[in-house]
Amino acid sequence: MSNVLEVDIQSKTFPSPQGGEFTAIDGMKFSVPRGQFCCIIGPSGSGKTTFLQIVSGLDAKFEGSVKIAGQSPGMGPRLGYMFQGPRLMPWLTVRQNVELVATGRAISQGMPEKLLEQVGLAEFIDSYPNRLSGGMQRRVALARAFVNEPPLLLLDEPFISLDTPVADKLRSLLLDQWRARGATIVFVTHDLREAIQLGDRIIFLSASPGRVVLEVDVPLDRPRASESADVEAFRADLLAKHPALLAGLEQSRLAEGETPRRVGSAA
Amino acid sequence: MRPLAPSRVKLPGWGVRILSLLILLGVWEFTALEAHSHFYPTPVEVAEAGWSMAKPAVQTPGSYSIPVKRTVADMIRASTSLEIPSLSLQIGELPFHIGVTLIRATIAFVVAMIAGSVIGIVLGRNKLANWLFDSWIVLGLNMPALVTAILCYIYLGLNTWALILAVAINKVPLVAVTMREGAAAIEPELIQVGRAFRLSATQMMRKVFLPQLYPYFMASWRTGLALVWKIVLVFELFGFSNGVGFVLQLHFQKAEVAKLLAYAIGFIVVVMIIEALITRPLERRATRWRL
Repeated sequence: MSNVLEVDIQSKTFPSPQGGEFTAIDGMKFSVPRGQFCCIIGPSGSGKTTFLQIVSGLDAKFEGSVKIAGQSPGMGPRLGYMFQGPRLMPWLTVRQNVELVATGRAISQGMPEKLLEQVGLAEFIDSYPNRLSGGMQRRVALARAFVNEPPLLLLDEPFISLDTPVADKLRSLLLDQWRARGATIVFVTHDLREAIQLGDRIIFLSASPGRVVLEVDVPLDRPRASESADVEAFRADLLAKHPALLAGLEQSRLAEGETPRRVGSAA
Repeated sequence: MRPLAPSRVKLPGWGVRILSLLILLGVWEFTALEAHSHFYPTPVEVAEAGWSMAKPAVQTPGSYSIPVKRTVADMIRASTSLEIPSLSLQIGELPFHIGVTLIRATIAFVVAMIAGSVIGIVLGRNKLANWLFDSWIVLGLNMPALVTAILCYIYLGLNTWALILAVAINKVPLVAVTMREGAAAIEPELIQVGRAFRLSATQMMRKVFLPQLYPYFMASWRTGLALVWKIVLVFELFGFSNGVGFVLQLHFQKAEVAKLLAYAIGFIVVVMIIEALITRPLERRATRWRL
């Protein structure tokens, strides 16, 4: 079986504060083959984070089924997870933060040190997170997500609210690790350029309630520079072909005051 | 006008600090010599009184009072009613009474910290429990300390365990309130990290949950230590024949101010030693990562 992730979520509802129910996800069915970098893009409220919580086993109340390497969420090997913020434990050093989530096997193979070295933090391995910049803290989070060489990595808009050069550096570190470890990645974003730059494939979600409305493959050669003509052309082409589909997405980005690219705000 | 804080004054060294203390002693010595009163002894007289009480009692020929021999075993028996006769080292009156009080305070403190923390964490994490039991905490906070003590003595008899229990009961609601605040302020985002990476229950507790409570724990530690120390003395005034509270009352009745002050200073020294050897290192551990 070559699909690492098989998703068939018919619906996911939350009790709404006014009573009754609020539907967050209304039909998501797709699968992600081994080794693929799959981007999921949708406007705010399209259920992106909810989706990741279901896949990671944090939220088990939904209708439908999700299988990770054939097993239910929360079973099987640990997944890697990168959140919107770095979310490091401030009372643990950089090394301890990574070791906290590492399996005994990963620790005995020296994975925490190896990964921290690869993301350029060898010097700060025994520092506390509050001594590091925001970009460095995210590198720790990146090392933490990869430490167990997980079969599936979930990334929830991990590079928002970072300066463009810092975010670009982190993206290239992510791509390095993805290639080196042959990982399968589900990367959630609301930035179309980022999705085109990173993904093998992009899955588009509708505004609330979230539903898969389009899937496209990104056949561009790698490496793809963030400002490259290829990426821009692909984006322009998509927007031309599906104006109605992406209008909501672009509008929501503009509404969030995002005129320059990739200075995103939280979804 | 210059702002009062934060000042950028370069602080003088330790020598000056000690000198400041010596000046206080000097003023005391001088005024006490001038006053020439039994009720206002000089520091030297207090030190002499303290030293004579710190030594193990010796039978002096021709003395009319019969000295009481005290051992470490007596101290443990008086404070906990446990018999450990092998500890036959003889100690003076002052270390005996301070030791008795210290043991009582320590037990009450440990019991109160554990019970208060557990109650506080449960109330902070469970809205229903907090809704049901919040009024109990308010009741406990406002119960006069003396009433608790008197009730404990009436129900359990005038013994050391009734005293320890009364002290602990006084402290529990205070610890619970602080720990409840801490438990309610736990970052759900960090808990989510632990769950996403499927940490074991012990890792979750030790590396994610408890470190967030540690500052609150240290806050109740500090206030708790000060409170417990002081109310043990008050509760020892009721018909006890040992402990610092008892001797203070005794020396009050005999108007022996030098001995009173000697006990007070001994008491302060013990508190300072605990502060330096236990409280400060624990606090340093708690705040190491904030540097």
